[in-house]
Amino acid sequence: MDKILRVNMTDLSVRTEDVPPDWAGLGGRGLTSTIVAAEVPPTCHPLGKNNKLVFAPGLLTGTMAASSGRLSAGAKSPLTGGIKESNSGGTAAKLFANLNVRALIIEGQPADDRWYSLHVDKDGVTIQEETELVGAGNFAVAEAVEARLGKKVGVLTIGPAGEWKMGSANISVKDPEGKVRSIGRGGLGAVMGSKRIKFIAVDDTGGPRVQVADPAKFKEAALRFSKTLLEHPVSGQGLPTYGTAVLVNILHEVGGLPTRNFTAGQFAEHEKISGETMHDTIVARDGKPKHPCHPGCVIQCSQVYNDKDGKYLTSGFEYETIWALGADCCISDLDDIATADHVMDDIGVDSIETGVMFGVAMEAGILPFGDGKGVIRMLREEIGKGTPLGRLLGGGAAAVGRVYGITRVPVVKGQGIPAYDPRAVKGIGITYATSPMGADHTSGYTIATNVLNVGGHVDPLKKDGQVELSRNLQIATAAIDSTGMCIFIAFPALDIPDCLAALVDMINARFGISLTLEDVTNLGKRILKTEHEFNLKAGFTNEDDRLPEFFAQEPLAPHNVVWDFTPAEIDAFWNF
Amino acid sequence: MQVTIRLFASFRVGRFVEETRDLPPDASVADVVRALEIPAEAIGMIMLDRRHAPLEQRLHDGARLALFPLLGGG
Repeated sequence: MDKILRVNMTDLSVRTEDVPPDWAGLGGRGLTSTIVAAEVPPTCHPLGKNNKLVFAPGLLTGTMAASSGRLSAGAKSPLTGGIKESNSGGTAAKLFANLNVRALIIEGQPADDRWYSLHVDKDGVTIQEETELVGAGNFAVAEAVEARLGKKVGVLTIGPAGEWKMGSANISVKDPEGKVRSIGRGGLGAVMGSKRIKFIAVDDTGGPRVQVADPAKFKEAALRFSKTLLEHPVSGQGLPTYGTAVLVNILHEVGGLPTRNFTAGQFAEHEKISGETMHDTIVARDGKPKHPCHPGCVIQCSQVYNDKDGKYLTSGFEYETIWALGADCCISDLDDIATADHVMDDIGVDSIETGVMFGVAMEAGILPFGDGKGVIRMLREEIGKGTPLGRLLGGGAAAVGRVYGITRVPVVKGQGIPAYDPRAVKGIGITYATSPMGADHTSGYTIATNVLNVGGHVDPLKKDGQVELSRNLQIATAAIDSTGMCIFIAFPALDIPDCLAALVDMINARFGISLTLEDVTNLGKRILKTEHEFNLKAGFTNEDDRLPEFFAQEPLAPHNVVWDFTPAEIDAFWNF
Repeated sequence: MQVTIRLFASFRVGRFVEETRDLPPDASVADVVRALEIPAEAIGMIMLDRRHAPLEQRLHDGARLALFPLLGGG
């Protein structure tokens, strides 16, 4: 029987609860955002005892559905001050689903300064004091927990950045190879640190596994669904071959690759950090060009990147990270970026926030543009050791900009803007401005239609159609994020009608219900409105749905375009 | 007329990264694609002078043409 696990860190108590009827049809982001909105006072301090950290697998996680193993985490964000949902691959989501745990809710805060770990298994949760791994990096934690409890056990962990409650701190999720994936954005690692939890182990031994209401129908729909993922050129060929970094050259060509702290739209050394170069480097060094981030993923956009001697350097080496440290910080040595990626994974900071922050720090003169070795040193010696400068840098781009008096600070709601300049790709600017998450490309990825010609084409340089495009994608994404599916299923979903039809058929066969595609769209609308409502109650207004002033003042080369949406045009986003 | 052609991702395999070619004055993107033996249905994006362009678009002297297969990421 499905259940909710509730852990109270104030009195170190644990409860197993039935799933309330209102939550029964929810999973992933739908469930974490609903729980946060229902139970967290919107005006609470994100690092105080009234915030709650919620984990949930998706509606289809734990089934044979391809690419369905994403784990959602939610809380009030210490970076944005609004609601936050962030999700990740790794093995934990499937293990939660195998235990029939629909959500794990962590609330309260210990009165003393001890550290704890949680152990989730078929009997519920036990809380143990942790001393040995306090201060350890994420790779050491994943390894130590494997040694203690076995290789199959899932691990959610924070690095030193989370212990220090830095605004850029993430939560790492152990992946099938014993490395880590990240619940990256919004400082959720700091919330876990504020609960004094160093790691959570998830053991599905003896668990009941997921019961599918109509196995024959489910299998039929799951096969159709997988077929669409493998058939579409993006999910079937492009992503597994070149990874997400294939976007470096594309955005350069489009003139929307934010460069040198968002002062230009093209990076002269783009080829050195491109997906094509990464692919050739990986092959030459006996790495793995394709690799799943969670069990059962057929897209396999991840990769294992080795150093010059053929030794593991990093995995899950993403476009966003490569862009942020590459073009935005003008670092053209892919090995330096890979090393920095590994250090960020280990100390537990979001590689988007940290990369954007370094762009601002370079403009502030803390280190020169292009100084890859300097970035690695600051990650290890300042952020990783929690020096006073490191605590500031770990606070993210907005914190560094404020302290150093910088006016060109690319953030929305305090969160760093990702790898697409909103002046040259206008649809994504609407997503950055309006997403309840702060600047977040994944929450309404208009790049698909603005740039990549997936799901039609809306001219990236014109204002026409951008609000509608962003709205439709944000609604669809909120629904997809509830299933446990990777957002990259959106590529086939936008072009092949049977992809979404098969997805809805799987949900129906899993639960023995009869939803329509419209019901799923309505779920997406409800989630988005729930999140927006939380932010309004937390004190946000329409004026927070804006891009920084400099985007309207500084033309971006090569197109020499500015951000030119009026406030009323942006606010029309919420008319649904 | 001189046109600089840039290829990306799988289009580079067995071809080139960048080449400048001398083309007849009425040449279109489709002519270039045909000459490179790229099946039209494999084309994801055509960028002419950094703007999206259709397959039938006529080229001009000094143009910069970029051809991409259907790709994605994020």
